[in-house]
Amino acid sequence: MTAEIRTSAEDVLAPKIRGQWRAILSRVVRTKRGATGLALTAVVVLVAIVGPFFSPYSPTALVALPFQRPSATYLLGTDALGRDVLSRVLSGGWLLLCMALAATILGVCIGAAAGISAAYIKGRADGLIMRSADVLLAFPQLVFALLLVSIAGPKLWLIVLAVALGHAPQVARVIRAAALDVSERPYVRAVEIQGVPRRKVMYSEILPNLVTPLMVEAGLRMTYSIVVMAGLAFLGFGQAPPDPNWGIMINENRVGLQSNPWAVVVPALLISLLTIGTNTFTDAVARVAIGVERQPVELTTVVAGGQE
Amino acid sequence: MEVLTSELAAGPEPSIEVRSRKHPVLALASRRVMQGLVTVFLVSVVVFLATEVLPGNAAYSILGRSATPESIHKLELQLHLDQGIVAQYWYWFSGILRGDLGTSMSNGQSVTALVSARFLNSAVLVLLAGFFGTLVGVLAGAIAALRRDRPFDHALSISSLALTALPEFVIAIGLVLLFATNVFHWLPAISLLPPGTTPLSRPHVLVLPVATLVLVIFPYIARMMRAAMIEALESDYVEMARLQGISAKRILFFQALPNSIAPTIQVIGLNFLYLAGGIVVVEYIFDYPGIGQALVSAVNNRDIPVIQFIVVVLAAVYVVVNIVTDVVALIGSPRRRYAQ
Repeated sequence: MTAEIRTSAEDVLAPKIRGQWRAILSRVVRTKRGATGLALTAVVVLVAIVGPFFSPYSPTALVALPFQRPSATYLLGTDALGRDVLSRVLSGGWLLLCMALAATILGVCIGAAAGISAAYIKGRADGLIMRSADVLLAFPQLVFALLLVSIAGPKLWLIVLAVALGHAPQVARVIRAAALDVSERPYVRAVEIQGVPRRKVMYSEILPNLVTPLMVEAGLRMTYSIVVMAGLAFLGFGQAPPDPNWGIMINENRVGLQSNPWAVVVPALLISLLTIGTNTFTDAVARVAIGVERQPVELTTVVAGGQE
Repeated sequence: MEVLTSELAAGPEPSIEVRSRKHPVLALASRRVMQGLVTVFLVSVVVFLATEVLPGNAAYSILGRSATPESIHKLELQLHLDQGIVAQYWYWFSGILRGDLGTSMSNGQSVTALVSARFLNSAVLVLLAGFFGTLVGVLAGAIAALRRDRPFDHALSISSLALTALPEFVIAIGLVLLFATNVFHWLPAISLLPPGTTPLSRPHVLVLPVATLVLVIFPYIARMMRAAMIEALESDYVEMARLQGISAKRILFFQALPNSIAPTIQVIGLNFLYLAGGIVVVEYIFDYPGIGQALVSAVNNRDIPVIQFIVVVLAAVYVVVNIVTDVVALIGSPRRRYAQ
């Protein structure tokens, strides 16, 4: 009996989730906003990934005097220590991107697991999970990350964990609200009566019905991950100093804003294009998936977060 | 306290008798205050435990290589590291309540002296940014709703999509580039305040930090205001007022506007919450002497007492703003007062 359900759950539902993702995404990229967002994101991701292979100099080598204006040899000029700005820009994005992606995936997974569990198990588990979420939410996200960094030093895994833990309670709230509705539906009750274990019910019956809010949350969290990661790097809590990073570059070169603004403008522009890209794309996803023309993206968060 | 016991006695489903006896706003406020106190307490425990699990001995990590057994022992006594963890926590937390925050580890100054002036500076920044952000947001949202699908509406939609995505420091750098260093030279790029001066006595240093924060928060408020205003304008009561021949201006100011501000209050509150964290980066960029900047330098110096205190205070501010928002939103929308 259970074996039968297990196979049906895996064979039928897993492709169904994938189908849903695809169906929504293919509609999103056909909207103007979706296409614009995707294009912006793709350009920056391409620069970040392919960039290191095209950097003309070593990103850490001191090649000329500090804050030289752009020239034929140094296309974007040099930075505060006399390193080639172009090389640093090309190599300074991929780690930031990877860390933001890792924090998003981790945060959404923890948050979704917590939110679904709270909604489905209810009772004491619900209270415990949501109270912990409240406590975590009382820390502004960047402040929480700073607290963790102050304890164990600016280690990269710790920063990823800190950002992910900052996302989790917000995701949990949204997903809990959505899962509460799903868990009351008759087919979930039907499966329960058949004796399917709770974990299975949550994974195979409830999760597939949360694809749309999860997509919107993931997009929103990705934007925030990049913002917080870059912000931490900007404050000096990211990669160790000689390594290039767009956030650090903006901070270390802003004293030379008048001599060579490009050392600040180009990394700032790349970060901006990236976050605007992901935000626009998420907005398109929300419009397509939820079908709310007038409801702004953050409203879903606001509504879910504003209650109890 | 009495309120609380009656609340508890009523159980999860308050009887009609209890509900009618107590004003619903008061009931919500008291429940929220209790929840808030518990949250702040838990936050303080988390902060304390987190900072106590410092790898290695805290005293050694502060004194570094110059540590001698005597100096370590002295510092341990000073930090009460020789006592149990609960006693340490109690000593620290009761100190906060008394206003005695210990001494900064980096310069031996008292934490109270270090942060009290900075608090005022940060409060000025947050309140100004919150006020102007709300003003601009509500106005822009209302205009966009009145001119729906016209150029202003589209411009707001696109620019808010972009602004909500940008990190604060990028907006700040953009403003510095534009108004301080490269294009115009109207304003200072950094907002230094000589000790003893208040920010209000030198308003020009406030312009760029406040403008940065306003640009960050106003799009959220504008979007919500626009949505709420459109809903109000399309509602039956506005339609009815129109049919009764009430002037468009009257309808706008006495019906649509008040009814759309109520749902917007939640979002305004959320943006004040954001400001509690957002000041960290903005103060750092402009060298503005507030608690955000103090937090960043404390983290750099691993100045634990300062970090502990600022984080707990920011969390407490967060909780208070949350409560105020809920209560104001409830007062603003009579319908929801009785919704359980």
